[in-house]
Amino acid sequence: MEKYRFLMSGSGGQGVITMAILLAEAAAIHEGRNAVQSQSYGPEARGGATRSDVIVSDGPIFFPKVLQPNYLVALTNEAAGKYLPLIRPGGLCLYDSDMVTPDVRVDARKKGLPLYAAVMKKLGKPVAFNICVLGALAALTEAVSLASLEKALESRFAKAHHENNRIALHLGADMARDCKD
Amino acid sequence: MAFRKLIRERFFPHIWCPGCGHGIVLNALLHTVNELELDKSSLCMVSGIGCSARISGYVDFHSMHTMHGRALACATGLKLTKPSLNVFVPMGDGDATAIGGNHFIHACRRNIDLTAIIFNNRIYGMTGGQYSPLSGEGILATTAPYRSIDPAFDIVELALGAGATFVARSTAFHVKELGGILKKAIQHKGISVVEVLVQCPTYFGRKNKIGGPVELLEYFRDNTAPLGTKKLDENPALIARGVFRDEARPEYCEEYAKIIARAQG
Amino acid sequence: MGRTQKQATARAAGRNAGAQDIRFVQGNEACVLGALYAGVGFFAGYPITPSTEIAEHLAEQLPRRGGVFIQMEDEISAMCAVCGASLAGAKAMTATSGPGFSLKQEAIGYACMAEIPCVVVDVQRAGPSTGLPTKVSQGDVNQARWGAHGDHSIVVLTASSIQDVFSITVEAFNIAETYRTPVILLFDEVVGHMREKLVIPPQGDLEVVERLRTEVRAGVNYHPYLPREDGRLPISDFGGVHRYNVTGLFHDIFGFPTEKPEEVTKLVYHLVDKIENRAHLLARHKEYYLEDAEHVIVSYGSSARSAIHLVEGRRRKGDRIGLLELQTLWPFPSQLVREKTARARNVFVVEMNMGQVKSQVKQAAVHPDRVFLVNRMDGMMVTPTDIGKVMRIIEGRGF
Repeated sequence: MEKYRFLMSGSGGQGVITMAILLAEAAAIHEGRNAVQSQSYGPEARGGATRSDVIVSDGPIFFPKVLQPNYLVALTNEAAGKYLPLIRPGGLCLYDSDMVTPDVRVDARKKGLPLYAAVMKKLGKPVAFNICVLGALAALTEAVSLASLEKALESRFAKAHHENNRIALHLGADMARDCKD
Repeated sequence: MAFRKLIRERFFPHIWCPGCGHGIVLNALLHTVNELELDKSSLCMVSGIGCSARISGYVDFHSMHTMHGRALACATGLKLTKPSLNVFVPMGDGDATAIGGNHFIHACRRNIDLTAIIFNNRIYGMTGGQYSPLSGEGILATTAPYRSIDPAFDIVELALGAGATFVARSTAFHVKELGGILKKAIQHKGISVVEVLVQCPTYFGRKNKIGGPVELLEYFRDNTAPLGTKKLDENPALIARGVFRDEARPEYCEEYAKIIARAQG
Repeated sequence: MGRTQKQATARAAGRNAGAQDIRFVQGNEACVLGALYAGVGFFAGYPITPSTEIAEHLAEQLPRRGGVFIQMEDEISAMCAVCGASLAGAKAMTATSGPGFSLKQEAIGYACMAEIPCVVVDVQRAGPSTGLPTKVSQGDVNQARWGAHGDHSIVVLTASSIQDVFSITVEAFNIAETYRTPVILLFDEVVGHMREKLVIPPQGDLEVVERLRTEVRAGVNYHPYLPREDGRLPISDFGGVHRYNVTGLFHDIFGFPTEKPEEVTKLVYHLVDKIENRAHLLARHKEYYLEDAEHVIVSYGSSARSAIHLVEGRRRKGDRIGLLELQTLWPFPSQLVREKTARARNVFVVEMNMGQVKSQVKQAAVHPDRVFLVNRMDGMMVTPTDIGKVMRIIEGRGF
């Protein structure tokens, strides 16, 4: 009975919370597992630190917050500085290598990928950046399948976004697989 | 007295003081409702707190005697739920312009189909003669023993500024005129604000040495003039009476019905 | 209506394609779905964190069902509009948080006095005053009970999971309609904002109590405030054939003001007794491992999630520990708490305030000196570790 504890962090407007919801929903609705998503935020709608916690498990989940993540996503240096020290030793930290320079001393597998640049190159706009991160996270952790994520994306977004979302999701997943050690 | 059927006779005589102007307004209202032959079961009276609020107990309407200043807010929920109802909201100085001032301007802004009748007697009567936002400067009251320094609201200006679509003023002296104004107000689709200057002989007249009911009514006679008259033009110090605005604008409940249609479409 | 409803649900996010209606939603949305299940027809509110999603979802959903949503000028008017709407025949509700809950108390008192059924949601955040607008708290327990002035009684319900938020919301409407009283749903920021799976039962699976309307015909005297034998008050909607008076003043059986001491006393007794005398009927709770528990935790809302987390962990290590999760906070289920904690060596009340429920548990417990508070009120959710630490100290095992 594996328990995945994710902590997703970044700044307001990056889509951190949406990413967390999609991940949890994919697990809970499309894979029939248990998932809880929660968040904490300040008063800012844009900018400011954003954090969202996701727990995915086959057993029941009671305490909904993540105190020590196995998996950390950090999309700003501020977020990495704040949350990397919380990671369980040996846990995984996924970050955008153009945006974040993580502290080398923390005992964690650190995966830096130029996801934002890749999305800009492929789609010409940053809207699906968070979906790309999600694709990479899914490929690295195998917590949920890409197929489930696609279903979650389709139920949450209007049809006009489906193609771009799918492209971004697989772009992230491919980049993650390429650098898997 | 054909309009006897509109009152709850067992509660008379009313609690208002001898010479109070509130009964005159009630009288004018009942005549008007009777004349319009409105279905009694469509009539609602939603009042707040104070002397004027007691009117809700006297009429054989659906009556909701609510909290101080909150009548318009309660009436908004009632009207939106059953737009077919004719809803009257009598208010005193405090209900309309002090504790309920916010609800007043917002009801005007929404243009919800309610008939708001403001009994302006420039004093808080039920609590025993304290100054109100309608007293004005120089008035004596139990809480203004050295005379009030507070400027008064002009209800008509306030209602016009807030976007009310029917705004009128009359007095307890001009009963026939008041009846005519109330008739238009009831028939108007949207919010109707009718300010009625009423005498409070017990606290306002006596305290300010203006005199009793007769003198107060004479004051309304001598110090007001109808809109568009030479008398008013020549003497701007007079208080204007009449209908200041009567215009058609989308009514809130009707607009909400469109939202339902859009949502279900 | 069936058609539009179907379209609405098909459009809703997070919905799976199967026959069962399973969604992944926030507590605030589960509350909305519960309210819709119960047949809410009117919502008036004013935006306030962390309850705003309730208003947002109802703004979308209510018109689809022909219901009314209105954003009022303030919290006061929102609660007043709810009273007006309910008298006109709609199942009515509002939602707010701490500062707004304070403002609503005036009209909540009016609804108690005039016996107007309605549901008030308070998604608690840290206070007093503006406090910590985005952070969790359970500090409004006493305000929910005593916020309105004067002698009265009120029902206050809560829940700790998304599924329970849904069902307790249905329950809130049922109790409001049955007893013609405001019912407070006291959620907290964590439960309001977290997302979990929600299985929406088919309509008819959960009981939905409809408003009891009078059968008295036109022309026959209707006594709006004369309780029937069973204590219930059949209502006549405004606009119907009976024109009666509703007031916040003490009133007689016709709804008209009275100052007669005997009538005043009778009404106070009625308003208080109709709820307090039914405390046992209104007590909703869940229990975990209480049969042989030496240590009993009493908790509610999101705190109960931390408590059960700890209980499950300790049970695996062989500790005899259990949880009593309260879902009815008022009328306080003293009898239940007394029975369930009677054999406990220690009772720990876990909540995010300075001991508002703990005081009640102490009064109810057989051994009040064995009741301890585990709390947090710094805007952070109380953790299983927090509870464990306090337990260690009480058990004399160090910090």
